[in-house]
Amino acid sequence: MAEPLLPARPALWLVLGEWRAQPLRVAAAVFAIAVGVALGFAVHLVNQAALASFAGAVHSVAGSADLQIEARTPQGFAESLYPRIAHVPGVAVASPVVEVAATSGQIRRPGSGGTASGRLTLIGLDPFRAVAVTPALVGVRPGRDGAAIDGVYFSAAALAATGARVGGPVTLAAGGRVWETRVAGRLAGVGRAVAVTDIATAQWRLGQLGRLQRLDVRLAQGADPAEVTARLRALLPDDADIATPAGEEARSDSLSRAYRVNLGMLAMVALLTGGFLVFSVQSLAVARRRPQFALLRVLGLRQGALARLVVGEGLALGIAGSILGLGFGYGLAAAAIDLVGGDLGGGYFGGARPVLAVTPGAGLAFAGLGIGVAVIASLLPGREAARARPAVALKSGADGDAGARPRAWPGLALLAAGGLAALAPPIAGLPIAGYAAMALLLAGGVAVMPALARVLLAPWQAMRAPVPVELALRRLWGAPRGAAVALCGIVASTSLMVAMAVMVASFRGSVDDWLGQVLPSDVYLHLEGVETAGLDPAAQARLAATPGVARIRFQRSIAIRLAADRPDVQLSAQPVGATGPVQLPRVGASATPPPGEVPVWVSEAMVWLYDARPGTRLTLPLGGRKVPVFVAGVWRDYARQFGAIAMADEDFTRLTGDATRSDAAVDVAPGADPRRIAAALTARLPPALAGQALVARPAEMRAVALQLFDRSFAITYALEIVSILIGLVGVAATFSGQTLARAREFGMLRHIGVTRGQVLAMLASEGALLGLVGGIAGISLGLVMAQVLIHVVNPQSFHWTMDVSLPWGLLAGLFAALVVAAAGTAVIAGRRALSADAVRAVRDDW
Amino acid sequence: MRRWLALLALLLAAAAPAPAPVAWPAVRPGVPLVFPRDHGAHPDFRAEWWYATGWLKTAAGQDLGFQVTFFRVRPGLGEDNPSAFAPRQILFAHAALSDPATGRLRHGQRIARAGFGLASATTGDAALVIDDWRLQRRGDGSWTTHAGTGDFGLDLVMTPRQPLLVQGEGGYSRKGPDPASASHYYSIPQLAVRGHVTRNGRREAVAGTAWLDREWSSALLDARATGWDWLGLNMDDGGALTIFQVRDKTGGAQWAGGSYRSAAGVRTVLAPADVRFLPGTRWRSPRSGAAWPVAPVVMVRLPGGWRRLPVTPLFPDQELDSRPAGPLYWEGAVRVPGGRGYLELTGYGERLRM
Repeated sequence: MAEPLLPARPALWLVLGEWRAQPLRVAAAVFAIAVGVALGFAVHLVNQAALASFAGAVHSVAGSADLQIEARTPQGFAESLYPRIAHVPGVAVASPVVEVAATSGQIRRPGSGGTASGRLTLIGLDPFRAVAVTPALVGVRPGRDGAAIDGVYFSAAALAATGARVGGPVTLAAGGRVWETRVAGRLAGVGRAVAVTDIATAQWRLGQLGRLQRLDVRLAQGADPAEVTARLRALLPDDADIATPAGEEARSDSLSRAYRVNLGMLAMVALLTGGFLVFSVQSLAVARRRPQFALLRVLGLRQGALARLVVGEGLALGIAGSILGLGFGYGLAAAAIDLVGGDLGGGYFGGARPVLAVTPGAGLAFAGLGIGVAVIASLLPGREAARARPAVALKSGADGDAGARPRAWPGLALLAAGGLAALAPPIAGLPIAGYAAMALLLAGGVAVMPALARVLLAPWQAMRAPVPVELALRRLWGAPRGAAVALCGIVASTSLMVAMAVMVASFRGSVDDWLGQVLPSDVYLHLEGVETAGLDPAAQARLAATPGVARIRFQRSIAIRLAADRPDVQLSAQPVGATGPVQLPRVGASATPPPGEVPVWVSEAMVWLYDARPGTRLTLPLGGRKVPVFVAGVWRDYARQFGAIAMADEDFTRLTGDATRSDAAVDVAPGADPRRIAAALTARLPPALAGQALVARPAEMRAVALQLFDRSFAITYALEIVSILIGLVGVAATFSGQTLARAREFGMLRHIGVTRGQVLAMLASEGALLGLVGGIAGISLGLVMAQVLIHVVNPQSFHWTMDVSLPWGLLAGLFAALVVAAAGTAVIAGRRALSADAVRAVRDDW
Repeated sequence: MRRWLALLALLLAAAAPAPAPVAWPAVRPGVPLVFPRDHGAHPDFRAEWWYATGWLKTAAGQDLGFQVTFFRVRPGLGEDNPSAFAPRQILFAHAALSDPATGRLRHGQRIARAGFGLASATTGDAALVIDDWRLQRRGDGSWTTHAGTGDFGLDLVMTPRQPLLVQGEGGYSRKGPDPASASHYYSIPQLAVRGHVTRNGRREAVAGTAWLDREWSSALLDARATGWDWLGLNMDDGGALTIFQVRDKTGGAQWAGGSYRSAAGVRTVLAPADVRFLPGTRWRSPRSGAAWPVAPVVMVRLPGGWRRLPVTPLFPDQELDSRPAGPLYWEGAVRVPGGRGYLELTGYGERLRM
């Protein structure tokens, strides 16, 4: 028998009829897909733009250097390396660079507003060399030939940061020195806050005589990079390393990759929730149209064609949603860059403003995702429509498929698979398996819902209750599949929002506790831009002698590079007691160092990134040598995602020869006023360093830290709220759809004497019960998924752990809101259904 | 007498932040030249150069012109800076090959601050290094040079066949109406050249005749000078003719001079009135737009009376444009009846910036 020619026209008519009948629900489904696609696309666009601008900034500074020889520590390496590198066969140009962090005027706390942060990078280079490698960094005065070897040239960002003008005076502080000079000109084409001067001036004025931080190397034409690199490597001292542009990009990429991937995943969660909404809309649409579908079947339409019809509807929803989503996404990305910058609040990229660039491939991919989700969400409803036996469907109309006992094992299998996936290690440094575990748990939880619903409703079966409640119970017991559709939506959205909320609450709680632990003193002093020289012993003694200071503990922090393709690690010199650093919150086991070895205590990230477990050894570039150190313990650190190492004061001084310090924690004497002490400390700072100092009390520091925390989670919160809203819309859509489809049932109930109020009470009970069951299941599932976020996704992404703390208030509120919303929607929809004439409603039943 | 470099020295010095002027020694008459010491650098003076030009012939009989020039400048910057990078002495070098086969110059340059063994101008005898470029005087009195880029290479040995030629009054050579505008100046004409030229990666043996100019000064030109022309000719009979003029903004000669040493070794110093440049036909550069008098007629009053020397370039386009990092000038191999040499023209392209 040939395929009937029927489908096209009646099918279209059927689809359009449905859409006309339920415009809001269809719009909600389209919107849900659109939001998911938009969020995903926007996060992608912003990330691309931010990375491109960051890479551009790196490039303008790195110029055409084929590779860079970089100091592993801010102290740099001896300048005698320069001629040796320049003489290596295959090296066309070696451009020596002095680079130090500098400040101008009084620095301000990050996030305290204003553009003049006072921070900039001071670069000293030899223009005769640099012009062949990094021409963007060579200052040129208008009307003058050749490279300028005098004067200081500022990038636009550096002018903004210092508030200086071209031709005007500027005071720069770096390396414990203050340098009064004038801005000779502008550096075009450099995005970062950079000031450039001649290398001899930089060495002299910034206390860098004999030291270089970098050599930018351009290879001769035709030279084999691997061969030259090997020759260079043989010459390198222990305090220098070779970096290539590729490694540089890897470093800038790894700086923010985990954060970006997590945002992308959140967007995908929103899309997934949108998928559930499509699923519920389609399921309802199928249920409502059972008689029509049956009729079509009787008229000769095949099962497959019917399934295709439903899937085709999903495809149409998906296409509409995706197109809208791409448009929204672009707008969203543009707005996000305007409002929070290219790092989406993550604080990873400073300065340069990114430019959006749309790649058609990415657009197509996200549209494809949106369409795919919509189609997949329509597969089950489509199969259901096709499977229904026409005779039964025609007779019982839209309702009944009672009887079939729901099976629990597919859902349980998915849950088990999710549990296993959570145990898997990270892939490419990202918690891919963790996210897979979340998806599997979610799918499993939803799949097990119909069976679970029976289990959860069972205790209520024996209960005596008022008529409406009992009716509601019977109904839910009898039609588990209908109930399941509503429950799926509730469970999916509830569990996701609970998981996110628990994770963020745990994280914030842990950060708060941590801040309390690491900030036990009364006043803190921090110096910026002192990587090369901080407070010398005399200045330390002067500060310690400040009246009212009971105890002062000095620290020194420097950035060191352990791997060329990874961000710097912070090394700090700390007061160390008998049991280790006194101020660090320790986690996990400790190891006792063998005699004669230098103990260090590492942050959790070091364990993840460098496998620095207690009892192992690390090699640190200190004082121009490679120093083996012994990992004695691990501490928790939320401030430095890429690792931090603490070392005893005296070890640091001995190994680096650097007795200066950059931080101080001050305990004030009983009765002394911390504010007054803070002012006294500032007054006692060496004048050269006063501008670089931040003095704060723990409460202020805590407030700033938590403010930064909330800022970096702002986008997370926003995405979460969107998911919740989509979930709630789904729940509302499901209820109203189901209720409207039951007009005949209500007619029948009215006929046998049930009052209108009782019907509404029945509906409210049904809604509340569903909300209750869904809420319990969703919150439980969410708590499980939160464990995956806390114990798998976060450690694998950011290399830190946290203690679980539950936001009870939020959970209770959520639960109540769910029950009320479910009951409320059911009643509102019920009023509409009941407004039809009861007699006519029953007559419908041929 | 070279020229744009003096300008550069002025520019660098003018940029010195504080007045804190460096006490550059003045050039005075009556200071005798002492060799080999004066072949080496005079780091106290503001500017100095070693300037070799000449004609070469390949085995195939093709004529080529070459120029290898090393400059030393003391810009007056970083004098009290203890950094090893302090730019107390800046060295730079130009090399060019005039190849009639291409009809233009192949040229390259090096510039570096002295130090780290990467760039140096030794005192005591001539030894100049900038990265891989060299110009050195050997124990036997010959000069060797290595210079080039990916495009061309010069490896030459220049051997004196005549005593060196002290210019002006015992090496004191005036360059302007003000006696302070002067330099210490000597030349070595009629150098026999042997060596190799590399073009397009192909190395071939060459031989020819060259001219070395040595000059150092602290105040070469006065502020009204806008350009200058210089001509050094190795005459076929063994004579050597040096002619230069400094032009003012009217294009007329503000100062002029030179010398003639006959084959027999009789030296005649030329006064401003003894020298006249007649521009002749000009060649306009399609790149810079400058109109160069590449074929001037030079009038010189020698002991035997005025001689007229019509100059013919090897080919017109011997313009060397190293802007923006360097100067724009014309430096080319030229012929006159009975002699060959090099002509230098500056200040024709654009207003000279002082």
